[in-house]
Amino acid sequence: MSTRSIVPFGPQHPVLPEPIHIDLVLEDEKVVEAIPSIGFVHRGLEKLVEKKDFNEYVYVAERICGICSFMHGMGYCEAVEHIMNIEVPPRAQYLRTIWSEMSRIHSHLLWLGLLADAFGFESLFMQSWRMREKILDMFEYSTGGRVIFSVNKIGGQRKDMDNDMIADFLKIFADMESELKVLSKTFLDDYAVNTRLRDVGFLTKEQAHDLGAVGPFMRSSGIALDNRKLGYAAYADLDFEPITSTVGDSYARTDVRIREIFQSIDLIRQAAAKIPGGEVATPFKGFPQGEHFMRVEQPRGEAIYYVKANGTKFLDRMRVRTPTFANLPGMIETLKGCQLADVPILILTIDPCISCTER
Amino acid sequence: MIDGQIMDIGPGSLVPEVLKIQHDGYRLVQICATRTPGGYELTYSFSKEYEFVCLRINLKEDAEIMTISNIYSCAFLYENEIHDLFGVQIKLITIDYKGNLYRIEKKTPFK
Repeated sequence: MSTRSIVPFGPQHPVLPEPIHIDLVLEDEKVVEAIPSIGFVHRGLEKLVEKKDFNEYVYVAERICGICSFMHGMGYCEAVEHIMNIEVPPRAQYLRTIWSEMSRIHSHLLWLGLLADAFGFESLFMQSWRMREKILDMFEYSTGGRVIFSVNKIGGQRKDMDNDMIADFLKIFADMESELKVLSKTFLDDYAVNTRLRDVGFLTKEQAHDLGAVGPFMRSSGIALDNRKLGYAAYADLDFEPITSTVGDSYARTDVRIREIFQSIDLIRQAAAKIPGGEVATPFKGFPQGEHFMRVEQPRGEAIYYVKANGTKFLDRMRVRTPTFANLPGMIETLKGCQLADVPILILTIDPCISCTER
Repeated sequence: MIDGQIMDIGPGSLVPEVLKIQHDGYRLVQICATRTPGGYELTYSFSKEYEFVCLRINLKEDAEIMTISNIYSCAFLYENEIHDLFGVQIKLITIDYKGNLYRIEKKTPFK
């Protein structure tokens, strides 16, 4: 007869850069149940909207997370712009698209490095982060910041990229694409890596739908949904399709994210070829009144920005539904039935961002 | 429902309306609580493909509402969150943390 025991996982664990706690109920080495708890670093950023001017709040929104800081700022700005009927200049829309895709590449490379580190492949971790460093350099060159950029504002962008800068970036992306082709072979073809990723942590298409999974975690279970298809920023002008896999295991999640990096490079190329000239911000007056749900596709999946405004400089409510929060029920499902030794990898494969969750 | 619609319903209609929405193939996207004078405004969002619809309930401060976690199992996290941070009373959540989902030092719910 198997022995049932409870193993606490986190909030401090080598595989977790940020704190989350999971009670793992085990029968021998097999996980039969997983119960998460959060709130170790909750910051109350949503509540802060009641005390910050809606323009200043862009800086708070950007600080929800250090990896998707640009997209948090952009999602909030787009929600307020929608309420105020502000028409953002086309050049600013393209800049938002380029910086968003750079953020996605940066986030996926960071995740690939963390995954490699989790299964003990140190050199693969270093190679992934070496490539990521180039993106951070490009962020610094174009915005002045490597983590928080503060280039978003309501009505457009605070900074522009000149054509020489964009041309330089395209050369870097061309090199990066060649390097990534080599790197992806190790992630996808190496025997040891395959052993850790294949046939573990399955999430079926039905489970992904019913449990409200989002992003690459959902798409690797066969659901072809990507909020960029809604056409915010300049995505309506670009040609792309959601990247999916039908397998639904840890390997599929890795495969989807790697292909999404190539897709992001392609989207940046398309945006660079089409970016129009002109202003990067629209001046506006007044205060917002009304409400709007803005949906943005972050690297980890769908993020929702709900803004409710009352016609003053302070908003009534700003709510962010982050992708990691939506992926927690799916993650719990993947843990059921797995071996204890696979738990760290499975938690990583949703690409958890706890600072987003602990907004 | 029409894409983007926010439909106002009474608290007693929540479960039947959510059942209809689930039957129509929507997934649960989020549940949001907003404080209003004397109570809360709860917004339940669902999506199918790229369609996005919401149900809205106005609830008095001391009123209770039924869980939808037995219809959408993933709702337990949202419901525990709005219970912990806003103090909304929700009956029969499938996994009820009883105020301990968020391990926050400060006293919750935030008023």
